[in-house]
Amino acid sequence: MREMVTMVVVLTILSAFSGGLLSGLRNATASRIEVQQLKFVKGPAIKTILEGVSNDPIADRFAIKDGEVERKFFVGKFDGKANTVVLESFGKGYGGDIGLMVAVNVEDDTIVGVGVTTHSETPGLGATAKDDPGFASQFKGMPIKETFKVTNDGGKVNAISGATITSRAVCSAASDAGTMYQKLKPQLEEKLKEFK
Amino acid sequence: MAKTLTQEFTKGLWEEIAPFRLVLGLCPVLGVTTTMENGIGMGLATTFVLVFSNILVASLRNIIPAKVRIACFIIIIATFVVVTELLMQAFAYPLFLKLGVFIPLIVVNCIVLGRAEAFASKNDIALSVADGLGIGIGFTLSLAALGALRELFGANNLTIWTTPTSIIGVQEVFGANFEPFTFMVQAPGAFVCLGLMLCVMNLMGSK
Repeated sequence: MREMVTMVVVLTILSAFSGGLLSGLRNATASRIEVQQLKFVKGPAIKTILEGVSNDPIADRFAIKDGEVERKFFVGKFDGKANTVVLESFGKGYGGDIGLMVAVNVEDDTIVGVGVTTHSETPGLGATAKDDPGFASQFKGMPIKETFKVTNDGGKVNAISGATITSRAVCSAASDAGTMYQKLKPQLEEKLKEFK
Repeated sequence: MAKTLTQEFTKGLWEEIAPFRLVLGLCPVLGVTTTMENGIGMGLATTFVLVFSNILVASLRNIIPAKVRIACFIIIIATFVVVTELLMQAFAYPLFLKLGVFIPLIVVNCIVLGRAEAFASKNDIALSVADGLGIGIGFTLSLAALGALRELFGANNLTIWTTPTSIIGVQEVFGANFEPFTFMVQAPGAFVCLGLMLCVMNLMGSK
């Protein structure tokens, strides 16, 4: 009996201590990790989809409260006008969440470009969504109001062969970005004025 | 039986160098050594986990009940692995991108658990630190050597460390006309390289 109690007590204390330490460290490093992700993953993705942009979209970013969550947006300037905004959304892929950056032109509500950021898809199959620009470029010029679907589901997007789940996830992430964009559009336009 | 600190430290560097003498922890050895830099990074991460888990296991060795010791060791090791992962994300993000899934896998690296069970749970803190450092540095050296060999022949480069602005190392070691054996940086190349290195190590040890 005594032995049982010792075992339970030791394991509990160890686990509690470990949990406390890790959540503390997580909080301490969270902001730094975010900066690193911006610099090494999201930054390059944004730069690719906003080709020919005249400002630094990473520096020109702002946040809007959408209900409980705070969402981040990046601003792209073309020909001196801040007319493009980049949203981030997520879709459920084959191996976890897929992060997607969606750049939208606020003047005519069309997609400027999309790019996959963080993912854990199978290399060679699902990971093509990030590596092959051909897939992402299909979204270019499409109106953001649409609900995006792969051709199998009656949509317009050609799925990556062998990676339908990934392709669907990207489509649903793009659709989510569209919903979010339409909901927050008045606020986004308000914010964009500050960057002119 | 009582060995000195130096003995415990140096045994990890040659006599009991983990991947070659004990043939332990082969998953990262084969998986990440496509470049020398990855090997060094992975080795250092493992060393960090090894040293700190040894310290904690050694200092708690009289408190941990024998029946649940493995569970306790795993909690300790897993904690330090997540610490490593968070620190690496915060301070060496490009390396984290390259090593990716292999960092969480340090939890199940048998070298780390092996040292906790076979050494740290029976020895005092100072000896355990020496043991952890020795085995860890030995592991780093093995990974670096294997990585260097594979990168040299497979990609014609030798990278020691990549900073955001520059690469420390040598590019195109054999000149621009050298056609790299891409086989070496692929998975089968890892087995072949490891096999050859084991062979050389055994030849040297068999005199």
